[in-house]
Amino acid sequence: MRSNTIVYILKRILLAIFTIWVVITITFFVMHAVPGGPFVAEKSISAEAQAALEAKYGLDKPLFQRYLTYLGDFLHGDMGVSLRQRGRTVSDIIFSKFPVSARLAGIAVVISLLLGIPLGCLSAYSRGKIWDNVIIVFTTCGIAIPSFISSVLLLYFLGSKLNLLPTVGLNSLAAYIMPVTALAIYPTAYITRLMRSSMLDVMGQDYIRTAKAKGLSNFKMIFKHALRNAILPVVTYVGPMLAGLMTGSFVVEKIFTIPGLGREFVSSIVNRDYTMVMGTTIVLATLVIAANLIVDILYKIIDPRINLK
Amino acid sequence: MKEKLLEIKDERLSFFTPAGEVKALNGVSFSLGEGEVLGIVGESGSGKSVTAYSIMGLTAFPGKLIGGTIRFNGHQVDRMTEKELRKMRGKEVSIIFQDPMTSLNPVYTIGNQIEEVLKLHTDMTKSQRHNRAKELLELVGINEPEKRLKQYPHEHSGGMRQRVMIAIALACEPKLLIADEPTTALDVTIQAQILELMQDLRKKLGMSIIMITHDLGVVASMCERIAVMYAGNIVEYGTTDEIFYQPGHEYTKGLIKSIPQLNAEKIERLVPIEGQPVDLMNPPKGCPFAPRCEHCMKVCLTEKPPVTHLSDTHYSYCWLWQEQEIKKGATDFEES
Repeated sequence: MRSNTIVYILKRILLAIFTIWVVITITFFVMHAVPGGPFVAEKSISAEAQAALEAKYGLDKPLFQRYLTYLGDFLHGDMGVSLRQRGRTVSDIIFSKFPVSARLAGIAVVISLLLGIPLGCLSAYSRGKIWDNVIIVFTTCGIAIPSFISSVLLLYFLGSKLNLLPTVGLNSLAAYIMPVTALAIYPTAYITRLMRSSMLDVMGQDYIRTAKAKGLSNFKMIFKHALRNAILPVVTYVGPMLAGLMTGSFVVEKIFTIPGLGREFVSSIVNRDYTMVMGTTIVLATLVIAANLIVDILYKIIDPRINLK
Repeated sequence: MKEKLLEIKDERLSFFTPAGEVKALNGVSFSLGEGEVLGIVGESGSGKSVTAYSIMGLTAFPGKLIGGTIRFNGHQVDRMTEKELRKMRGKEVSIIFQDPMTSLNPVYTIGNQIEEVLKLHTDMTKSQRHNRAKELLELVGINEPEKRLKQYPHEHSGGMRQRVMIAIALACEPKLLIADEPTTALDVTIQAQILELMQDLRKKLGMSIIMITHDLGVVASMCERIAVMYAGNIVEYGTTDEIFYQPGHEYTKGLIKSIPQLNAEKIERLVPIEGQPVDLMNPPKGCPFAPRCEHCMKVCLTEKPPVTHLSDTHYSYCWLWQEQEIKKGATDFEES
């Protein structure tokens, strides 16, 4: 059993390496197929200077040769230098910005799980009653309102009108409250709804009736017998969601002026900062793959019927 | 007179659905002594399971008891709070469900699920619980209990799972075991094994059993008494011999006629009961079986039949008996 799991994880890691290679290849060629380039927009520089810049960064060479060079460098752990942020390497930027986004995302996900799971259970348990309706209304709002609206509303009321919380940066603990809230609203609402529907499904199962016939309390019935069966869809959702949030939310980072990876990701694409685009894409892909692997292993732990092959 | 273990009087229970009130039980009364085995037979929707579940207070939403009393083991079940009911469930009365494939929680080990009941209702220590669980698996005929306790339900066959369900039900030595079609979902050879096991356990442990089934073969081999249910009513009640050899209700007669006979002398066609089961939203005013009854009289359609005691242990709700009584009475009157 144990060795099976290890073999499985090794297999998945090999598969992950292949997947990342595919991601690199597709991104590289698609990115270069998009018109424009890192130095095109700068009108002030002369044609000679531009040619010199391109030569310096190897952009004058044929595409396929550049691809091979990139792959070779990448295998040596070198993701190149940023084309737009002079003097900084891509890894340097990622390593300084990623922890900021990851911390925000981590807190947001933990909060959304801590709120979403019990709320979903409560909603399912009191189906059709007042609590259920209240929760449904709030979760529908949470799913429907985009983060730029909720961010701006938070900023306006808590930051500006009431002047309770700092509006810029992440310099104090209080500064985390608004961006984390803005990030957590959607996942909390979504997890609540997932939990509710999956819980309702499980509550109708025969083994819940068995649990009741044994004389178990409602609390035990829900949190021991039903929750473990009902939580699988939530686990499935949380993996990729965590990966997505960790690479940063452009909107939230922009509005709260947070130096995270999300802003870098979007601006690198706009600026045709080729090496940065590659770097951030690889980070996202790796996170998604890792999250999915963790989800699959968690599945096995939660439900013994699942066989990892 | 000593109080019976279970006494149900005039139980009325309805499900309040959006489409209307479904009258699932319309005045069910019967009693059960200690150590007795009662079979409840009837077609789907006749109220067999609902009756049994209500003994444990397990009536599913939107069902509601609207009349009658249920006394079990000195408790008035219909007046008990949820908390009191929980203390009783699994300890004094337990149940085996129809489908063992889905009645065990797939994510917990067999051991966990057996020990859970013990943890809830007894003061046993962890190791005592473990030993008791092992003992119970042995009791229900499962080999290598030590290994089985650590396994999950999906690693067991249907018959094994039903044995585990029985072990869970018997863990606290209940006074009453309700078996809700315990063999319906199993194949025939396993059915026989499970029935044999239940008979064996009953001899060993001496608990009362209510056996719910639509299989007359099962009740014939297991039960001393049989209650025949139709449309939320008990239409006939008696000992197994009385029900099989002197059925006192047209519905029971129909049920018996529809059993295939292996040793029939000539080739006989099975006789089905004509017509449709009753719509419980609008149950008939008179005898519920009247619309399907071959001997239906005028009175059957308009008034509920009274009880007729055919012997000390045998009674039936059918106007035909009354008709005979009336005729007999009438002739007696004329003669005198």
